[in-house]
Amino acid sequence: MTARPHTATTPRDVVAAVVDPELQVLSIEDLGVLRAVEMDGAGRIIVTITPTYSGCPAMEMIRADIRTALAGAGYPEVEIVTALAPAWSTDWISESGRTKLSSAGIAPPGRVAGPVPLTLSVKCPRCGSLDTERLSEFGSTACKALWRCRSCHEPFDQVKPL
Amino acid sequence: MSTHLDRLLALGDDALVAAQRLGQWCTRSPEMEEDVALANIALDQLGAARLLLSYAGELEGAGRDEDALAYLRSDREFRNVLLVELADRDFAVMIAKLLFLAAYQRLRYQRLAAGEDARLAAIAAKAVKESAYHLDHAAMWTARLGDGTDVSHERMQAAVDEVWPYTHELFEDEPDLRLPWLSTVEDVLAGATVRRPADGWAPGGGRDGRHTEQLSYLLAEMQVLHRAHPGARW
Repeated sequence: MTARPHTATTPRDVVAAVVDPELQVLSIEDLGVLRAVEMDGAGRIIVTITPTYSGCPAMEMIRADIRTALAGAGYPEVEIVTALAPAWSTDWISESGRTKLSSAGIAPPGRVAGPVPLTLSVKCPRCGSLDTERLSEFGSTACKALWRCRSCHEPFDQVKPL
Repeated sequence: MSTHLDRLLALGDDALVAAQRLGQWCTRSPEMEEDVALANIALDQLGAARLLLSYAGELEGAGRDEDALAYLRSDREFRNVLLVELADRDFAVMIAKLLFLAAYQRLRYQRLAAGEDARLAAIAAKAVKESAYHLDHAAMWTARLGDGTDVSHERMQAAVDEVWPYTHELFEDEPDLRLPWLSTVEDVLAGATVRRPADGWAPGGGRDGRHTEQLSYLLAEMQVLHRAHPGARW
């Protein structure tokens, strides 16, 4: 086993800090995309991630960013496993992740209760009004819907409940 | 019909061909939100197709990956239903096809998500959540067009009448899914004041590789780059 630079950051810390390319205020840990970081007997890091949507184009970039971050921290031997089950849910976005989304002007998703998502009014992340309307359930990326606030008239993205 | 490999190819090809048709709408939709929506739905379908075809390639064991299966098979080797390959004569036809496909895929993926093959179950469990969004979207447009102006109503009705015969093929393998499918689709049509067509002519053959000529044109466009420059990257 090769020597690692002496540091207090674990491989998990390194990977957890990787930012989602489409929601750049969130780390992949905030988003719930990061499932596990383990080291095998040979010092190889095995990272398990799960896609948000089946066709999410950010996954390739996330894989590349994980490799770059780990290599920079002295872990060149990396295997990235993609786990589909259990299927990702927006319920896995952390509380701090939800706060970060709101601060960035993106409405966080409501909780997915049971098989049918609850339809609750979405709060405008700019002015806080609940008088909002959905313009389209498909937004700038697969994971977002497009909304508009009737009070401040600003359009905004929402991470849609899945 | 049908081995497990046939089933995977059928599901994967349905999703792949649907993705290609939907992608053709980008920049041609009636409004910009719709360009985005249809491209998003196409991306979901493509994502499912990649997972399904990768799995099919591994199961086949002949060294074919998702790209080889998507880009290097001829029309007679595709196993998709005719419904997804039909050219979208107009926007209403595309919406009718999406409504019928999404309602079917949701039921099919729901069942597969509870099935014995764990890898397929995982793919299906992701896809079923996405299908629900596709179905909502198609249902919303069906209502908007069907219950809209005289012209939009007439065109939505014509689209449903035109596409209806092709829906029978969806249930060749699992006929018992048709009843729950009908219940969903009939509700949407009734809400949109669109008449549910009578059953009659039921074209098929897609699952055995007998397609309309429209698939050949679609594949020509989809495959030309890969065939001209095998393994090209950028």
